[in-house]
Amino acid sequence: MVRRRPRAVAAKAVAVVAAMSVLVLAILASGCRAPAGRTAAPAPEQKEVILATTTSAQDSGLLDVLLPMFESQTGYQVKVLAGGSGQALAMAEQGEVDVVLAHSPAKEKGIVDAGIGLGRRPVMHNDFIVVGTSDDPAGVKAAAAAVADPGDGRAAAAFKSIAGGQAPFISRGDQSGTHVKELDIWKAAGVAPAGQPWYQECGAGMAQALKIASEKGAYTLADRGTFLALRDTLALVILCAGDPVLTNRYSVLQVNPERFDRVNGPGGKALADFLVSPVAREVIRPFGVDRFGEPLFYPDSE
Amino acid sequence: MGVIWNGIVEAMRLLVRGDVEVLRIAALTLRVSGTATLFAVAVGVPLGTALGLVSFRGRRAVVSVVNLGMGLPPVVVGLWVSIFLWRYGPFGFLHLLYTPAAMIVAQATLALPIVTALTMAAVQQLDPRLRLQVLALGASRPQFLWCLWREARFSLMAAVMAGFGGAVSEVGASMMVGGNMLGRTRVLTTATVMEVARGNYALAIALSIILLVIAYLVVLALTLAQQRRRPA
Repeated sequence: MVRRRPRAVAAKAVAVVAAMSVLVLAILASGCRAPAGRTAAPAPEQKEVILATTTSAQDSGLLDVLLPMFESQTGYQVKVLAGGSGQALAMAEQGEVDVVLAHSPAKEKGIVDAGIGLGRRPVMHNDFIVVGTSDDPAGVKAAAAAVADPGDGRAAAAFKSIAGGQAPFISRGDQSGTHVKELDIWKAAGVAPAGQPWYQECGAGMAQALKIASEKGAYTLADRGTFLALRDTLALVILCAGDPVLTNRYSVLQVNPERFDRVNGPGGKALADFLVSPVAREVIRPFGVDRFGEPLFYPDSE
Repeated sequence: MGVIWNGIVEAMRLLVRGDVEVLRIAALTLRVSGTATLFAVAVGVPLGTALGLVSFRGRRAVVSVVNLGMGLPPVVVGLWVSIFLWRYGPFGFLHLLYTPAAMIVAQATLALPIVTALTMAAVQQLDPRLRLQVLALGASRPQFLWCLWREARFSLMAAVMAGFGGAVSEVGASMMVGGNMLGRTRVLTTATVMEVARGNYALAIALSIILLVIAYLVVLALTLAQQRRRPA
């Protein structure tokens, strides 16, 4: 027997639940913000600053130290997007981010020349290294050591011996700063690796590329910071380093607010200025020494 | 084998110690996916019921689109939602990108077709004579719906669980529209991917275990509700 009253009440309950859900969603959509009470400085007009950076800068943990300092000093809220340098600069070209911290100098210069990037300044540097298995089938270590003066094409010699030995090589393949550097070295070595069976493009981040190289017993080009962080989990050793072409330079640039009116000009400038400030320099200088025995980055701003 | 064991040990340690960051990530995961599922149910159940009961011209076309939605690749949803929410996108003025709200939108978009299609199938499975009988007994529209939903509750609960499962397991879209930002939009799935990318495998395994536990507890609660014996 169907009893009328409880059923009617139940039907109304369903309608109320549905309405409440929509209401909750609307409230959440409008009210979502970071936990308050973190900033001491007065809140500026456009609080949000979007920083596009590379995974190597983000994964080192350096930004996790620097950015909270910036936020408490200025009251800006920084949102970090980590991807490859290619992605970061592409987003800059669309005005979707305010500041870029990348390590792809040629592309960065292109952005500045196009009037989209402003105030490009060096922040820090470290270096790239060629790594591979300790038994080194292609003789990379010997080839690199044979070049007495490192600036005389030591990295290119290393790459040439990899190509010559048809040894497996893992490439980032993702237009990141590391990938671009790798392509430059192949060019200097006079090798066209694309499409060759020993050349494998993985389209993944640095840590994963290293892992793949370790699993497959292959060579790869890596930034020293990521390699140091993962060294214990990898079956790889450093085979070639010290060539000036392997220097890995990180620069900061702002996206031009006159080209894109939705870009946070003052916020972007404040963050860019902060990253090259003496305060930031003194954070970068000792960073990583306690964990790895050597600093991960060398500050460039003077 | 060592990595797996380390991962399990790490998961225990994180939970027992009450690691603030992990708790925050887990809480955000529940909040975002729970809200998205709630929204998908609030809209999807009435919609699916309507599609199941009402015949109209072009119904089959609509049904096929809904069924397509069930197989929608999450990364596609993430890409399109982020394009719409970009500063210079059509909904950029909402400033939703890289907030939990954007993740709720993406996850709800994924869960909605699942809930709708399964509800529609559940309703269509009911004996048409039941509908006639309920109407013949003088049920009003809300009473009629309530009766149908009670009859189909097993399948409806399955629809809710499937919707929640789709939402909570989402990583590609959540990464794209949320940005995996520390303290703001980092959830268990995006954190797991990040830790893998960083090479912290023990932590990644620990996070994945925590995610499985949470997903299991929610589904367990829903299953108990689903399998509860009817009052005699």
